[in-house]
Amino acid sequence: MSVTSARPSVEWKRPTKWVTISLFLLPALALYLLFVLFPVVQAAYYSLYKWNGLQPLTDFIGLKNYGTALASNTFTTAVTNNVLIVVLSLALQIPFSLFLAVLLNGRFPGRAIFRLVFFLPYVLSEAITGIVFTLLLQPGALVDSGLNGVGLGGFVHDWLGDTGFVMITLFIIISWKYFGFHMVLLLAGLQGIPRELEEAALIDGAGRWQAFRFVTLPLLGPTLRVSVFLSMIGALQLFDMIWVMTAGGPLNASNTMAIAMFKAGLKNNQMGYGSALAVILFMFGLVVALAYQRFVLRRDVEGAVTAFNG
Amino acid sequence: MTGGQAVTTRLRLVGVLSVMALLFGACSSGATSTPAAPSVAPSVAASVAASPAPSVAAASPAEPSAAAAPVTVEWWHITTNEPGKTIFHNIAEAYHAAHPNVTIHETVLENDAFKTKLATSLQSGEVPDLFQSWGGGIMAAQADAGVLKDITADIASWKDTINPGALSIYAYKGVQYGVPWDMGMIGVWYNKALFAKAGISAPPATWDDFLADVSKLKAAGIVPLAIAGKEMWPSMHLWTYLTLRIGGGDNLAQMVQSGNWNTDACKAAGDQVLKLNALDPYQPGFKGATYPQEAAAMGNGKVAMEVMGQWAPAVEADNSTSKKGIGTDLGWFPFPTVAGGKGAATDGVGGGNGIAVGKNASPEALDFLKFFNSVENATKVNTSNIGLSPVIGTESAVTDPNLQAVLAGRGKATFMQLYLDQATSPAMGTAINEATIGIFDGASTPAKVCQAITDAAAAQ
Repeated sequence: MSVTSARPSVEWKRPTKWVTISLFLLPALALYLLFVLFPVVQAAYYSLYKWNGLQPLTDFIGLKNYGTALASNTFTTAVTNNVLIVVLSLALQIPFSLFLAVLLNGRFPGRAIFRLVFFLPYVLSEAITGIVFTLLLQPGALVDSGLNGVGLGGFVHDWLGDTGFVMITLFIIISWKYFGFHMVLLLAGLQGIPRELEEAALIDGAGRWQAFRFVTLPLLGPTLRVSVFLSMIGALQLFDMIWVMTAGGPLNASNTMAIAMFKAGLKNNQMGYGSALAVILFMFGLVVALAYQRFVLRRDVEGAVTAFNG
Repeated sequence: MTGGQAVTTRLRLVGVLSVMALLFGACSSGATSTPAAPSVAPSVAASVAASPAPSVAAASPAEPSAAAAPVTVEWWHITTNEPGKTIFHNIAEAYHAAHPNVTIHETVLENDAFKTKLATSLQSGEVPDLFQSWGGGIMAAQADAGVLKDITADIASWKDTINPGALSIYAYKGVQYGVPWDMGMIGVWYNKALFAKAGISAPPATWDDFLADVSKLKAAGIVPLAIAGKEMWPSMHLWTYLTLRIGGGDNLAQMVQSGNWNTDACKAAGDQVLKLNALDPYQPGFKGATYPQEAAAMGNGKVAMEVMGQWAPAVEADNSTSKKGIGTDLGWFPFPTVAGGKGAATDGVGGGNGIAVGKNASPEALDFLKFFNSVENATKVNTSNIGLSPVIGTESAVTDPNLQAVLAGRGKATFMQLYLDQATSPAMGTAINEATIGIFDGASTPAKVCQAITDAAAAQ
């Protein structure tokens, strides 16, 4: 040890730091490459072939799978359904969660119980939720007899069998499951806002609505934007619950992109076509995520980075 | 001090490197099917797909050797329900007892899980020695991919013990790839008590009588027919029968073969479905119903009829509230004939379950297959009502009068069409199911259905 001079160690110092960092990063990076990026590239490659998953990859058909997908009614319906869920979630589910979060942010007895009750559906697994609601929504089951019992028999539908209504049914159930999650997220955001700010606004003569609109809501912006982001990504990847409840039926009316992909690849053995759908789904998610990061989340992230450097 | 730091840093580096080496080792050995070199993705992927992984094949345990050498036979089946599950397990145990060096390793999977797992396994080249098969289009694709074993010569000595029609479902281009253990025929299951209540004295022999009986049942306040819109295939079988009765067996075979479904028989079958639809015969909520729900409707005595295969009594009982079904009220009749149609009453739509043989199967695996289909073991299939064995000499073990009727139908069959969603490729099967449910749902027209199936066939 004493033999080693100081000079080389000084020379070694900087490279060692970076070598160490990269070596520590390598396992995670390797796993990421192997299980995330490599399969993405693989899917893109398979999507250029007509392939049933068993035979050799010989039937190169270029972008034909993509053409088939875009021309297929089944797949365009699936895309429409995904977009529908995104729009409905943003228009109804998030405002509702925000409303509840604001209510539960006030002080009143039993507040913790309400918070717990509203959050509970989120804890259930999607499959269990799907099975429970499938049973409740059977013709003549609890939902129907409940509606009949309170004199709303006119509202009774073939909830999961009516092609025109199935997506609405599913949206309500999805909202039921996830509003609690967004509520808790927004509640956490609300609690991070000092109460004094709103109080000051009230003292300055602002009404309750004005104080919420111009003080609380802007300060809740970062949380709200994350909530919207998670909701959009979740809606684009929708699979489990719909698969359990309708399997995309009836007549493909409740297909989503993920369901169309699963059916093509694993049910119909159209691995090439299924891969093309997977790539389209991936691109959808990527474009939405990047655009959202670029145009909406940017200011939040920039703020954070500035604080870090400062 | 600094020197010491450098050394410890280097030591740490060595540590990190060795951990890394371990990790990589773990990765590459763990992912046998996935090549561990991401940068050369396409070429590696192509070579894996092109040659069904000879190195993996060589590592397979099923390598025939000396008589006493231990052999493991991998057997995947989907008999998850009792009593079948125990019966299968006992047969495997009995074989092991007689041949102590042979271990039958069972993997029992639920239907969908089996299909998904098998697809992955076949791609990786790790083919089970024996696995569930329905013959038809999927088996043909497996054969084309070279994952099945040609067992034509291996079973030559005992193939005559099996009903030839049933055996032929597991042959493709003249080569035998598997054997059936269950073969039946679809027909109409009906509730005798409900028929009596509606004043129907005998099951209908013609489609016109069938429609008249549907009206009588409706008039008596009984739901005439159960189908399962979510799963689509139960009504597809009804439609297939209409096509078969109208156009005849050769005509249907021709449609399957040529992929041209724009035929008179196809359109006429759709017209008959529309006639049936007009009577509003299906159970409430049929559009979203699953097959277990359909079976429950029958098993609980809520619906008068379902068009279904030989497994119907067992599934109805299993899904009924009493777990017993409707017992002796259950009856069976062959699908009625259509006036002016070319098909005979003895033409059938059928199929069943079989065992396909993987490419690496050992002689022991084939010997077990023979043991499994011996009269003694095949009889257990019949006595437990888990299926209808195609093994000759087991017929007398069928005591249930309804299953005897199915068996008689199978025996008399002048033409047998394998279920359309299995005779064709999976994609084609889905297309047929999706097209035909459209007409039962009232969302499609007969001409559109025939065109959709033709388009799907052209896209194959």
